[in-house]
Order: sequence, then structure tokens, then C-alpha cells
Amino acid sequence: MNAASSPVIALRAVGRSFAGNPPVDILRSVDLRVDRGEFVAIVGPSGSGKSTLLNILGLLDSPTTGRYLLDGIDTTTISHRRRARLRAARLGFVFQAFHLLPHLTVAENVSLGGLYLGLPARERARRADRLLDRVGLGHRRRARPRTLSGGERQRVAIARSLVAGPSVLLADEPTGNLDSVSADAVLSLFSELHAEGVTVAMITHDPGVAARAHRRVRIVDGQVLR
Amino acid sequence: MSRGRARPGSILGEAMAGISARPGRLALTMLGEALGLAALVATVGLASTASGQVSDHFDRASADRVTVQVEPSRAERGARLPRDAERLVQRLEGVEAAGTLTRLEVSDPVGTVRLLDPQAPPDPMLPVLAASPGLLDAVDARVAGRRYDAGHVARADPVALLGAGAARRLGVTELSHGPAIWIGDRALTVIGIIEEVDGRGELLDSVVLPETTAAQQFGWQGALSMQLDVAPQAAETIARQAPLAIAPQDPSVVNAAAPPSDAQLRDRVQGDVSSLLVLLGLVALIAGGVGIANIMLLSVMERIGEIGLRRALGATRGDLMTQFLAESALVGLLGGIVGTSLGFVTSMVVALSRDWTPRLDPLLLAAPVAGLVVGVLAGAFPAWRAGSLEPAEALRTL
Repeated sequence: MNAASSPVIALRAVGRSFAGNPPVDILRSVDLRVDRGEFVAIVGPSGSGKSTLLNILGLLDSPTTGRYLLDGIDTTTISHRRRARLRAARLGFVFQAFHLLPHLTVAENVSLGGLYLGLPARERARRADRLLDRVGLGHRRRARPRTLSGGERQRVAIARSLVAGPSVLLADEPTGNLDSVSADAVLSLFSELHAEGVTVAMITHDPGVAARAHRRVRIVDGQVLR
Repeated sequence: MSRGRARPGSILGEAMAGISARPGRLALTMLGEALGLAALVATVGLASTASGQVSDHFDRASADRVTVQVEPSRAERGARLPRDAERLVQRLEGVEAAGTLTRLEVSDPVGTVRLLDPQAPPDPMLPVLAASPGLLDAVDARVAGRRYDAGHVARADPVALLGAGAARRLGVTELSHGPAIWIGDRALTVIGIIEEVDGRGELLDSVVLPETTAAQQFGWQGALSMQLDVAPQAAETIARQAPLAIAPQDPSVVNAAAPPSDAQLRDRVQGDVSSLLVLLGLVALIAGGVGIANIMLLSVMERIGEIGLRRALGATRGDLMTQFLAESALVGLLGGIVGTSLGFVTSMVVALSRDWTPRLDPLLLAAPVAGLVVGVLAGAFPAWRAGSLEPAEALRTL
């Protein structure tokens, strides 16, 4: 779509501080660029500010200073409503805790990914079926999440994050709740998706997990190290 | 294909899925509200069914008594009923019997023997009433012994009837030897005992004597009140006509009243019971609403992770508020439907068990809407909480 040089994510001198006495600076003048088709790992110890960074990248939190451009759109000046719409259309989330809804089937959970985009139910179901096949869980589409293993649940969550066709997939410690075999399967899936052209930004504290990405960004004390 | 925001129908779908996730909780949550509405619907339904039955049932036994009285302030200034009052009212259509009655001012106790016995209890003070012979007919009196008649009246004989209660107090049980009673120094022969009356219950505790006797011995100067026995359903009309018939020149000197009929009494009692039930139903409905609010708030707290997820998936605050409000409204609507059905069935069963024709107010079909309104009100605060959660924080908790 866009030229390869146009970044999906561009943070310019982003800072985030929380009110207090004294105020706490979690992020300090972070510059970050993720280009289309990249698989980036953001690595840092706990307390380094990487969760705050992910919240900002996911438009769940706003920077105190600086600018954040998503697909070239300046997200720091737009309304809550438009930010919600950007989340629905351009961002896919994968969480450490999966966040599948227990009362819905696997297929229904996946189709939630298109709910707030306003896709018709039939189209959402069609996409969910296709993506469940893609992550290798087509045979479990009527199952409830609690009957799935951790690795399977995370693959369902990944399928959900792809329903809207996002510009970037944001993964927050996606293997944090998984055993090493399941973790490996999930990371392989990310690699495959990346090979198919999906942009992935993954946050982790685990250097072994980060090694699977093509580029690593280290964040320490709220600052990106080069 | 994509509208860029959620379709209203899909949010309703999410709400339905949300409440059906816990069927047991759903049932218990709406139970309180359903019971409240059931009580309301059954009460109103039965009231409309019963009103026809009650009036039909009680008209037959309605008031057939009318009381006529000289206006008290006028009586103090000496006004009395005319001597021919009895005859005047008998001309009214529907009057079956009439008799005059006056309570005499007597300051002496009533006794049976003129003997000074310091150990005997003091003689009782009993009401002394002057009554025309017709009065006993007007109250359907049952008299043991005999009544006084026109002859006694014409001669102003010193005879008296005792009410059953008065006879008991005086120890008069045997009439064959013509027992005497004394009121002060006036002697009267008891010729009968009034055992039962229909209306004017004070007769049972009194000494009753002819008006001519009263005029001679107690200074009676004319009757103060009159009792009428009238045809069924004529009471109200006769009560209106009587003053004019008795005192055409000055009807206001006379008050006439039909005592509240059984039906009116019954209706009034039933009205009180109904309004109490309606009140209880409303209280239960409010309690049910509070219950829904409680459970919805609990649900929001339990589903913080879900709320965070939905925000991440692009839900606006409004989307989440809409969803939780819709869930609460659905619970309310379901409770409303269940409660209305329960109420209908209850009033149906009661009506049929009494051989009544069930009659249901179509207005009651609005009751489920009342349930919906309760649900919306109950869900307002929980929905606001769901919408105001910070997504980043909501996602952190699980």
C-alpha cells in the first residue's frame, strides 16, 4: 500500500509522566520507528516502562509529551472516538493473559475482532473461520476457551487480533503464560505471519523470546538504548 | 462493508450473550423484580375481575335501613319530629316499616326492688328509650313475652320492654309473674324482652317504653329520631326524600342517612387491602431493581478484563455503556415478562377457583415495559462504571 519507507509506527520524543509528588517520569523522550513488515521486539527489565510504551502504542494511553504517528496519522490530537476507531481498524492486540471470553465459543471469540469495526456478523464469522484455519485450530471453532491448552488459547487470540486486518500486531509478553513448547509454537506463528507481511511489535523481558524477532529495541529506565 | 463503528444490533447481541453466560445468576437476579411485578399484576388483575363480582354479589344484600334524626342543634332548641312523622314517611315508595325512637334524659338508676340493701351492688344506669310500636317492626325485633300495642299506648300504661342485655343486668329472666322495675320512684311492668334486633343495637341494653308513658312520666315531648325499614336498594333514594316528606316547610331540620351498605364497606376494605398489596408490590419491585443494580455492578467488576479487551478491540466508552445498559434492561424486561405471566396466572387461578369470570385489564400488558424501565434505571450506574474504566488499567487486571 504505502511506500516501504513510510513507518507504521513513529514515536517522536514521547514522554509519559504520572501525577504524584514528585511526578514520576515513566518514559523520557522515546523515539521509535517501526516500518511496514517489520518484526520488532521491545526488550527491557520489569519497571523499565515497556508496558507504558505498549499502552501508548496501542492507543490505550496518551503520551504526556511528544507525538505518536500511526500510519502517518497524528494520534495525539484526535478525539477518543477516533482513537477507538483506529484501535478497531489498525491495531491488533495479543495479551499475555489471552483475554478470551469464557462464555463464547472459539469462533465467536475470534469474530469479536471485527465487532467494533462494524463488520456484519456473517463477514466476521467468515473471517474467523478462515483465520482459525490459518492458526491451525479450525477443528476447535465450536469449543469453549476453557477446554483449550494455553498455546491454543494464544493462537485463538492471535486469530482474533487479525480479523480487522490491522496495520500492526501488538503483542505484550505473548509467551509469558506458556510452557516452552507452546511458546515456541506461538513464536513460530509470529514468524510465519511476519513472512506473510504482517507487522509485529512484541514486548518481552525474555532475551530468548526477543531473539526470534528481526530487530530488538532495548528500553531501560524509560529510555530507548541504541 | 465496515462502518467504522459497531452495529447497534451486534451490541445487543453481545448483551444477550453476556447475560446468558450465567443462566442461574440471571434467574435469581430477575426473580425479585418478577415477584414484585407479579404481585402488582395479580392485585390489579384481581381487582378488575372482582369489582364486577363484588357489586353483583352485594347489591342484593345492600342497605335496607334508613335513619332519620332531628338536627342536633335544632333539637337543643326544642325541635322534634312531627307526631305524624311515621305516617308521613310511610307514604314514600319503598318504606316497609317505620318507627320513632327517643332517648330520654333520665338521671335515676334502674332497679328491680325498692329496698335499701347496703351490700347489694348499686342499681345500674341504663338508657331509657321511648319507642313507637312500629319501631320494633322497623328493626325486625324478636321479642320474648309480648310487645306493647296500640291499647297500651292509648292508655299510657306503665309497661316496658327490656333489652336482653339490660334484662341480664337487672336479673330479669321470668316474665310470667309480671316483674316490675323502678326508675327512680316510677314503677314499670316488664312485659317482654327484646332478644334480637337488626340495627339500633342499643335497644338491647336499654329499657324501652311507649311514647305516651314516656310523655306522662318522663316529660317526653316528641320523637327525636326514626328508623325505617326499606325495600332493597331504595335506601339512598328514601334518605334523600325523607326530610322533605317529614318537614316540607323546613327539610333541613331533619337529617336522614343510609348507613354504609355491606357492599360499600366491603369495597372499602377491599380497596384498603388492594392498595396495601400494590404498595408491597412496588416495594418488591424497587428491591428487585436494587438487586439488579447490585448484580450488574458485581458483573462489571468481574468483567474488568473483558471491558479492557473490548476497549482494545475498538469499543468506545459509549459502546460499553450501551452494552451493560442493554444487559440490565434485558434482565429487567425478562423479569417483567416472567412477573407479568406469574401475575396473570395467579389472578386467573384465583378467579376460576371462585367461579368468577376472569377479566384482565389490557393495560397490564404494559407491565413488562415497567420491568424494562426498572432494568434501565438499575443499570445506569453500573453501565457508567463500565464505560469509565481506563482500558490500560482494566487490561492489567484479570
